[in-house]
Amino acid sequence: MLQKEEISNGAKGMTIIVKTIASWVKVLIVLFGIYIILFGHLTPGGGFAGGVILASSYVLLMLAFGREFVQKNMPLMLVSKLDCLGALLFALIAILGLVFSGVFFVNFLQKYLPGWPLKLLSAGTIPLSNIAIGLKVGASLFLVIFLLSTFRRDTSANR
Amino acid sequence: MSIPLPLFIAIPLATAFLLPMFGRKGKTAATVLANLVTISLLVFAVASIGKTEVYEIGKWSIPLGINLVLDGLSSLLLLAISVVSAAAMLFSARYMEQYTAKAKYLSLFLLMVAGMNGVVLSGDIFNLFVFLEIASLASYALVGFGCEHEELEASFKYMVLGTIASVFILFAVALVYGNTGTLNMAYISEAIQYSGLNAGLDFALALFIVGFGLKAALVPFHAWLPDAHQSAPAPISAMLSGILIKTLGIYALARVVFNVFGVSVSIGWLLIILGLLSMVAGAFLAIGQWDLKRLMAYSSISQIGYVILGIGLGATLIARGDNLAWASLAILGGLFHLVNHAVYKSLLFLTSGSVEMSTGTRQLKQMGGLAEKLPLTRTTCTVASASIVGIPPFSGFWSKLILVIAAVQAGFYWIAAIIVFVSLCTLIMYLKVQRYVFLGELPENLQQAKENKGSMLVAMVFLACLCVLMGLLVLVPSLKEIILDPAVQVLTDGLKYSADVKGM
Amino acid sequence: MPYALCFLLFMLGLYCAVVKKNMVKIVIGIMVMEYAVNLFLIMLGYRSGGTAPIIDRGQLEAGMGQFISSSVDPLPQALVLTAIVISLGSLALMISICVRTYEKYGTFDITQIRRLKG
Repeated sequence: MLQKEEISNGAKGMTIIVKTIASWVKVLIVLFGIYIILFGHLTPGGGFAGGVILASSYVLLMLAFGREFVQKNMPLMLVSKLDCLGALLFALIAILGLVFSGVFFVNFLQKYLPGWPLKLLSAGTIPLSNIAIGLKVGASLFLVIFLLSTFRRDTSANR
Repeated sequence: MSIPLPLFIAIPLATAFLLPMFGRKGKTAATVLANLVTISLLVFAVASIGKTEVYEIGKWSIPLGINLVLDGLSSLLLLAISVVSAAAMLFSARYMEQYTAKAKYLSLFLLMVAGMNGVVLSGDIFNLFVFLEIASLASYALVGFGCEHEELEASFKYMVLGTIASVFILFAVALVYGNTGTLNMAYISEAIQYSGLNAGLDFALALFIVGFGLKAALVPFHAWLPDAHQSAPAPISAMLSGILIKTLGIYALARVVFNVFGVSVSIGWLLIILGLLSMVAGAFLAIGQWDLKRLMAYSSISQIGYVILGIGLGATLIARGDNLAWASLAILGGLFHLVNHAVYKSLLFLTSGSVEMSTGTRQLKQMGGLAEKLPLTRTTCTVASASIVGIPPFSGFWSKLILVIAAVQAGFYWIAAIIVFVSLCTLIMYLKVQRYVFLGELPENLQQAKENKGSMLVAMVFLACLCVLMGLLVLVPSLKEIILDPAVQVLTDGLKYSADVKGM
Repeated sequence: MPYALCFLLFMLGLYCAVVKKNMVKIVIGIMVMEYAVNLFLIMLGYRSGGTAPIIDRGQLEAGMGQFISSSVDPLPQALVLTAIVISLGSLALMISICVRTYEKYGTFDITQIRRLKG
């Protein structure tokens, strides 16, 4: 978690008020993102919207604390592997449909765990696909925004 | 052994996301895995020749769910995609050692192959758009892979024009959905047959022709092609020029115009005029070039003109209600030229990559006399040049002969004259390549140039053998019946596509 | 009538992408074009007096007839979700190429970036 001296370190990022509030609000944003992903089959949202919200929590941290802090706490190799893991999970769900029921991408959990309509445990493999997509989109967007922010104004500008 | 159709898309996609997990230490393992995937796709594509299938994804029946359709045209293009991608991946095992970040290159390459397989197999028009975008995005990133000055400029030009084309295509899909209420291609063609074309559908057809024409680099939409093909790494130029412009442009255009909307005389004449413009403009612009890959890029534009000319000629003949045998001969010439061009143009780009790796330059004026230093490259380049010019018994001769015969039989003598004239221009430009690269005298700084061994040679020799053997595809009747005739049949049947898909 | 305004927005985006000389402005023009097409797709599914296509318990228990006759078409909304994701990926790639080109050439002006000619 965040140390007291890192919060009061005024050299990078913004003022101490912004840093304190950001570290509290980040938890709420992640919770909201997970809610949107999990309830994707009942309310609007789903994998993509929830993934964007998860990525934006880390963007808030990046703006409030500076890039080096975020890079220390969330190494880029880990995020890149999480990204690939999300996509592989989605492909795995699709191929498991082929294995279990003979047709690609079929909703195979509908037979084994039917659930009740309008409850959380319903609609078979759709919540699992939402989780995989949310993971992938969150990781990808975080990587894109982090890497684009290393923009240097004047390097090797020779003609 | 035949595999379920979605695995053609799922295998390269899953492998593309598996490869970055290998990290920096597993570079050799990643290359071996990627090559295994492309070679196995080639085996599966050969095993699925001659089958037709409709695969419903998720067991949702057709108007509610997405389906994948494999018919004659799809299996021909699937074969072409797998051959060229297997050869290019084999070549890039050795060529891409000079770039960093090779694992990302392999991922993007496999994503592009997955996207192209999806375009060819899709039976739903929005699904076609999504896979088209996947393949296009992967190719924009691959063109600018080296991140040098020229590559970034070429990639930006390609990307802006390609994205505008994709937005046009999405707009056309929206118009089609608004007018017919369904997205499945079989159901759309049935609705259009029932109610006829209104103003919205005419506008959608115009937008489709512009969008797919820009992806296929027809003149006047060709402005991105010379820069993009010149600056990309050599195996990517081979893939782009060999199959990407054909799959995303010509296949999608033929599918939408012939099977969904139905041909008319004006559309056929539009395609003929675009084809003639491409042939002549590409040939004239190519003769004056001094950069090796830029010359080959312009000659790609010219050869794509041949394919569109064949298809447009067939469309005009079908729409006029003439003899169906003449129309299928014209379409046979166009499709056979498509497959031939995929093989020999990718071979030409691979040999140019080999020359560039040996000598370090692409300018024709700085090379010369490389015949003794690079003997195998010289042989394969000569085979490919003889094919593209149209010297018998190589494959290019047969496809051009079929196109000329089709034009003469239909009564368009002036089109046949233009075809022969552009072949002469192609001869001039490839004689220029041979003279400046391989004959002449060796400059001082290239005395140490030596042949590249290993996987690059295997890929080039494989494609060169195919160049020689492809002539047998039309000469041996049984091969022609299995591979080429079903593809021609799909296009000449036209609007019967909807009945075929629903019946399967 | 709203379709005509949508088409006007599309033309504005196309004008901006074709005429402007700054690379970032060209990218913004392409984004405006994509917004216009997404808006057009959503407007296609509209039914006057329609409700949002989300089922709740009362409608499920009363049979689906009233829901089907009064909700807007949900299929264009799914198409627009996909199109937004695709345009996000395309935008990220375009911006990163703009950033790299600025590092190499030192300018965003496309008339100065003309090394490839002929």
